[in-house]
Amino acid sequence: MLARPASTLDIDALYSESRIGEMLEALERDLIGLAPVKRRVREIAALLLIEKLRRSVGLHAGPPPLHMSFTGNPGTGKTTVAMRMASILHGLGYVRKGQLVSVTRDDLVGQYIGHTAPKTKEVLKRAMGGVLFIDEAYYLYRPENERDYGQEAIEILLQVMENQRDDLVVIFAGYKDRMDRFFGSNPGMASRVAHHIDFPDYAEDELFAIAGLMLERMQYRLSDDAAAALHDYIALRKSRPQFANARSIRNALDRARLRQANRLFEARERGLSLEQLSLIEAGDIRASRVFGTEGEGQ
Amino acid sequence: MRLTQGTFSFLPDLSDTQIGAQIEYCLRNGWAVSVEYTDDPHPRNTYWDMWGMPMFDLKDAAGVMAEVTACRHAFPDHYIKVNAFDSSHGWEALRLSFIVNRPKDEPGFALERQEGAGRQVRYTTRSYAADRPSGERYGAD
Amino acid sequence: MKHVTVPTDPRDRYRAGVMKYAEMGYWEPGYVPKDTDVLALFRITPQEGVDPQEAAAAVAGESSTATWTVVWTDRLTACEWYRAKAYKVEPVPGSTEQFFAYIAYDLDLFEPGSIANLTASIIGNVFGFKPLKALRLEDMRIPVAYVKTFPGPATGIVVERERLDKFGRPLLGATVKPKLGLSGKNYGRVVYEALKGGLDFTKDDENINSQPFMHWRDRFLYCMEAVNRAQAATGEIKGTYLNVTAATMEEMYERAEFAKELGSNIVMIDLVIGYTAIQSMAKWARGNDMILHLHRAGHSTYTRQKSHGVSFRVIAKWMRLAGVDHIHAGTVVGKLEGDPNSVQGFYNVLREDLNPVDLQRGIFFEQNWAGLRKCMPVASGGIHAGQMHQLLSYLGDDCILQFGGGTIGHPMGIAAGAAANRVALEAMVLARNEGRDIWNEGPQILVDASRHCQPLKAALDTWGDVTFNYASTDTPDYAVTPTAA
Repeated sequence: MLARPASTLDIDALYSESRIGEMLEALERDLIGLAPVKRRVREIAALLLIEKLRRSVGLHAGPPPLHMSFTGNPGTGKTTVAMRMASILHGLGYVRKGQLVSVTRDDLVGQYIGHTAPKTKEVLKRAMGGVLFIDEAYYLYRPENERDYGQEAIEILLQVMENQRDDLVVIFAGYKDRMDRFFGSNPGMASRVAHHIDFPDYAEDELFAIAGLMLERMQYRLSDDAAAALHDYIALRKSRPQFANARSIRNALDRARLRQANRLFEARERGLSLEQLSLIEAGDIRASRVFGTEGEGQ
Repeated sequence: MRLTQGTFSFLPDLSDTQIGAQIEYCLRNGWAVSVEYTDDPHPRNTYWDMWGMPMFDLKDAAGVMAEVTACRHAFPDHYIKVNAFDSSHGWEALRLSFIVNRPKDEPGFALERQEGAGRQVRYTTRSYAADRPSGERYGAD
Repeated sequence: MKHVTVPTDPRDRYRAGVMKYAEMGYWEPGYVPKDTDVLALFRITPQEGVDPQEAAAAVAGESSTATWTVVWTDRLTACEWYRAKAYKVEPVPGSTEQFFAYIAYDLDLFEPGSIANLTASIIGNVFGFKPLKALRLEDMRIPVAYVKTFPGPATGIVVERERLDKFGRPLLGATVKPKLGLSGKNYGRVVYEALKGGLDFTKDDENINSQPFMHWRDRFLYCMEAVNRAQAATGEIKGTYLNVTAATMEEMYERAEFAKELGSNIVMIDLVIGYTAIQSMAKWARGNDMILHLHRAGHSTYTRQKSHGVSFRVIAKWMRLAGVDHIHAGTVVGKLEGDPNSVQGFYNVLREDLNPVDLQRGIFFEQNWAGLRKCMPVASGGIHAGQMHQLLSYLGDDCILQFGGGTIGHPMGIAAGAAANRVALEAMVLARNEGRDIWNEGPQILVDASRHCQPLKAALDTWGDVTFNYASTDTPDYAVTPTAA
């Protein structure tokens, strides 16, 4: 047995009671790839756990900064990780209820004078006790229009982020470059956001693994040819515009389901086996526009 | 006098922590919480002014407390109450209503009597404060 | 149980003479009650040697179409339709001589909206029937089709609360004591002190009508002065149940009209005025925006003994149909009869939209109230501030707690007694809402509250230990069904 320091603090109790270990394990298990993100989440969780322990014995460093920024391209898992983060914060007692309220500019900013403050406050009230996730947060700031009501929302947000740190945590999300510019022109905001997590694009094999997980949940499987087709699809799709990582994969699979269903429907007189009902064939994937015009109509 | 409308008026004024705990109870029950204020606390004054709309879908009392604080700031010498509304079938009415702010001085009510035939008396309850126009009552000179 | 053969040939069935009720068709074991049937559950104690099925059939017969002998005039009617049907008989758990008999009645047997007509059948002649040693009506299922013919409470719990602007806690009341002998002026003093001190309501007792020591008009006039004074002193709506019970309907209407003229928000009647008079007063209350309080004077003569009479849960159902807004329904902890489970059953009957079957609380039938308003149960008789945690735990928010002696007998005076009760109640509700375990922490919560309330401290010192621990006579009989582990 390892010798422990004479006066052991009960870190084990806090660890199991907060279920932080379980949550980190689940994060590791359920989310494909995202290694740097998981590492950052783990670091933040460790900081929060230790801070809680320090507080319990009267060591004060002031409340730990909790507001965060999640940057990365669409479909890289920002919302999913935000939900996990909300549970972690709740488990450790940094937020009281742990709900995630996800909004965009339209939910915060009004159309006319006097409209923005009540709208923003309404959203803040719903998020109290949990996490406010603001997607594409930089749209709040439109320097080209000096009368833009987004500025009002930003000011209210800032006030609450500063004065009600026990009541809610704000996570800003969006593309990295735009978020950097947003923080650059709103230093007040930047100084209140302590944790930045960058979500990288998925590698091709990760996207393939994600597809596998999605299909499993939807109770479909790929034929060997279809698997090869999907590999090809991912390589092609990744280089095309509007690529949205996991979201693009999800959409591609939904379209493949549609083609599979049509194929089965058209061939209905030939009968249908149970096996066929959940099998996706290469053609269901290769018919995608991504493969070029010769792929159409197959 | 001390106005004893509301659920907890016989207790010492509730602290913000106590108010927060009652709001949490309301939210746990799925009730919508609202804030109302008045400077005319006549027992038959059913419609106090609404401080914003009832707050639906809140998870935590902090949101309501922010409104209570704002309302107190705007009307420090008014009566302010927190209401909880239950929309479930068969109720569709308030479930809890308690005062969270009151004027420093509460002059109370006069009872006016108009004698009628057969020893009957017509009673009118009149708030001393309501002699003045709204907004100039309770401590405002 | 014996097999019963019902003669199929009408000539055999309607031959003059006497035949068994079961054979006449009042025992129909396969019968599946219709949604529109009125259902009744009787506890029957047959005489020695009388078969329980035959006894159940006899009850069905005597409470519907049968008489002691066969009559040929049955054949002029759709008599099979009108016959009540005993469809199930089972031994009362733990008893050898008592049985539960389930009987179904077609809706056509009853006049719409008439408790008098319903009861004339269900608890009419049948209760004196010789082949039974004893008979008790335990529960009834009133079909929605019949419920809808009754107006129900004029005000109901929700509207009463809105009218009084009182939410989130039981209401508080007290009966003016002594019951008899006070002059109008002295009587009003008690009302004023109690209301000003913190009660929501005061109440005339059941036998305060118009006696030599105090005529009713005098009482009404002084009481309304007290109510209005207390309202101005507190800024809260107050009320006093003015008992309009009198010898005739004409007299009751006159008293009720006078109460209305004086601005009272509530009048009161006693159960002993009878079902028709109650329904008349409910109609009057509905027409005059008046809360109607019912004191259940007399009920214990037939509700208390388990073997014979009518369970109070049935009376509660009838009174909700009849349309009273308040009804005394037991305290559990006070001086009057009341097993906790039974009393909770009564409260549920009065307050819920739908009562599921709940044998532990004596509810044998599912009862859908079809939107009928809710009736406020009143807990009254030998309760005091020291029991507040028990009262709130057993009875919930929607009831009226009446502390008569517990207010007026307070050593520091009536207003202090009222304040003690109100502080105890508010402190307990506050603590419960905060999530505290009031059942166990209740006494400490009261002690803590008494630190800022001297009257509560005095009340706890005076009555803190008073309890009425006697065995209840009216407890539900049910067999605990073993559940799979």
